[in-house]
Amino acid sequence: MLWHRVSPKYIVVDMIGTLTFGAVTTAVSFVPFWLGWSEGWILGAAVAALFVLSLTLTPRRVRAIGYLLRDDDLLFRRGVLFQRFVAVPYGRMQLVDISRGPITRAFGLAELKFVTAAASSGVLIPGIPLAEAEELRDHLVAVAETRRAGL
Amino acid sequence: MTEPETQGSEPAGAPPPPAVPPAAVPVPPATPAVPVNFANGEWHRLHPATPLFRGGLAFIAIIGVLLVNLRDRLVSVFFGADRGGLPRTGGDFEADAIDYIVREELVVLALLAGVGVLLLLITGFWLSWRMHTFRITDEVVEVRSGILFRTNRKGRLDRIQGINIGRPIVPRLFGAAKLEITVAGNDANVPLAYLRGRDADALRQEILRLASGSRRDGVAAGNAAPAGLAAEALGQATAARPLPAAGRVFDARLTELRASEIDVDLIAPQSVVRMNPGRLIGSTVLSDTTVVLVALLIGLGVFVAVTGELLLLLTAFPAMIGLGGFLVARITRSLRYSIAATPDGVRVGFGLLSTTNETLPPGRIHSLKISQPLLWRPSGWWQVAVNRASRSSQSGAAGQQQTTILPVGNLDDVRAVVQLLLPNVAVDDALPVLEHGLLGRGNDGGFSISPRRARPLRWFSQPRNGFAVTDAAVLLRTGSIWRSLTIVPLSRAQSVSVYQGPVLRALSLASVHVHTVSGPISASVGALDRDDAMRLFDTVAASTVRAAQTDTSHRWSQQ
Repeated sequence: MLWHRVSPKYIVVDMIGTLTFGAVTTAVSFVPFWLGWSEGWILGAAVAALFVLSLTLTPRRVRAIGYLLRDDDLLFRRGVLFQRFVAVPYGRMQLVDISRGPITRAFGLAELKFVTAAASSGVLIPGIPLAEAEELRDHLVAVAETRRAGL
Repeated sequence: MTEPETQGSEPAGAPPPPAVPPAAVPVPPATPAVPVNFANGEWHRLHPATPLFRGGLAFIAIIGVLLVNLRDRLVSVFFGADRGGLPRTGGDFEADAIDYIVREELVVLALLAGVGVLLLLITGFWLSWRMHTFRITDEVVEVRSGILFRTNRKGRLDRIQGINIGRPIVPRLFGAAKLEITVAGNDANVPLAYLRGRDADALRQEILRLASGSRRDGVAAGNAAPAGLAAEALGQATAARPLPAAGRVFDARLTELRASEIDVDLIAPQSVVRMNPGRLIGSTVLSDTTVVLVALLIGLGVFVAVTGELLLLLTAFPAMIGLGGFLVARITRSLRYSIAATPDGVRVGFGLLSTTNETLPPGRIHSLKISQPLLWRPSGWWQVAVNRASRSSQSGAAGQQQTTILPVGNLDDVRAVVQLLLPNVAVDDALPVLEHGLLGRGNDGGFSISPRRARPLRWFSQPRNGFAVTDAAVLLRTGSIWRSLTIVPLSRAQSVSVYQGPVLRALSLASVHVHTVSGPISASVGALDRDDAMRLFDTVAASTVRAAQTDTSHRWSQQ
């Protein structure tokens, strides 16, 4: 068995997202400076630095995302600094969602969400190539059907 | 305790029954010989007095108030009694529509309009009753309602999370009850309001029998009991023939009011937990809410004494009223609390004047938390709450009823309740583990606890903070001051996660979260040793799969 990693293209997608959000937040945090608070640039600079740091860590963060299809459950991991592993039995699946935003679509990627009856399960696998995502979805549905359990 | 009260309400309650028959004339009077079998797959209607209970009473009350206020005027209109004030000043006419109508001789027109509106409303009520039908087949319960905008709701019987019979005080006086079938989902209920009390009980039994997956040949046995009951009721009725009809109906109501919330024939008496009034009052007084409010009031008192601003005392009144309301609501709700095992699940009853009782089929408890506020500790009281897949709109005092299964009880009560709710978890081998989970600390009873290096994160509770895994459940023990134990049956756990942030990593610790359906309980335990946490994660992940495959509780009687 091997860990499936998300597509390297997702690094770019994630960076675009971080950049957009970072630019807006940085602009907002410079508002006190423009309004005449002379030391206000420190706040803005700090925010900007935080986003730059986050940007440099993006490749590692994306490489840390992975999923493993075990015999009876799906194992999902993400996070470098804040690590999280989730194990979800296939039989607990309520539905599988595939969603694509404009940027992810431009890169031919998709996002797969594995929904159980528990809201806190939180299995959201980003950055999978569309064909692979659809294949994974069909596989999950088929496997879940053979292991169907009650709520 | 309640008897003097119900008898005391006899003169007050007497007028309503004679008032019912005129309203309910189109239907055969209250007691049909045999209760209707609602679960035969055909469409049925609700209790004919339903419109009255759902707002009709308020409507009648409004008309009553109007009539009382207009009495003088009506007298003057119909008997021509000259009211001295009538031709007073011009300003009054404009302000008073009635005077205006009288002046302009529009009385007949106004009366006609009033009668027209009244007829329209009554027709509306009648139509909505007429269009509101339901049926129960082997697979689903289905309700159709609405006059212009039709709604159709279907609930699958094998997804039933509970059946609730509510008796708000007014319908209860009329012998009606509301049956609410909750299926999995947020506020996914199928309410049947209102039915005759006896029909509601029989229908609940029948739905649960259908849902349990036992085969149709059980029907004869299932019907025998209600039929026998009805025959008995009929016998009583004939014996009491000399009584006038209204008296007989009233008598039946009185018996129903006094009757215990739980049908005594159905339950094993040793499985019943009842509420001890002294304990209920004591626990309410010692609850955290009360203590915080009292502390606030004392603080306010001191402040006023120091500053001499007496007006500030006024601000305390809303708090006092709120506190009083909370205490009274909690006590009256829980006073007649009882929980008992029936063949088709656990039945929990609440309420003094408005009562509800709910049957939870087996395997509907997704997690259970036993907790003890600090002040309950000397008396050894505990509280039990649960997570369930359904959320009913019928929440009682502060939403208490739906999630709090046992408002307060001692260790024996807790043990009995856990055995009722999670019978395959609380097996004999597991009971000592349960006890260690509640009272113990350290590694006794198979618990793995946080290592000493977790002290910075768990100042007092480090020796208690831990977990144990039995054959059927995972037990998470937390808190040393506010002690609590969370039990998640493995057959209900949805998924499990292990988490490590920078702080936990530095201490080589990790936390584990067992995911269940959403509710007040979050089953997680933090600051575990890293290896312990991974072991727990792997064990729960593997046993969840195993437990889910062997679990058949969604069709609990099927072989």
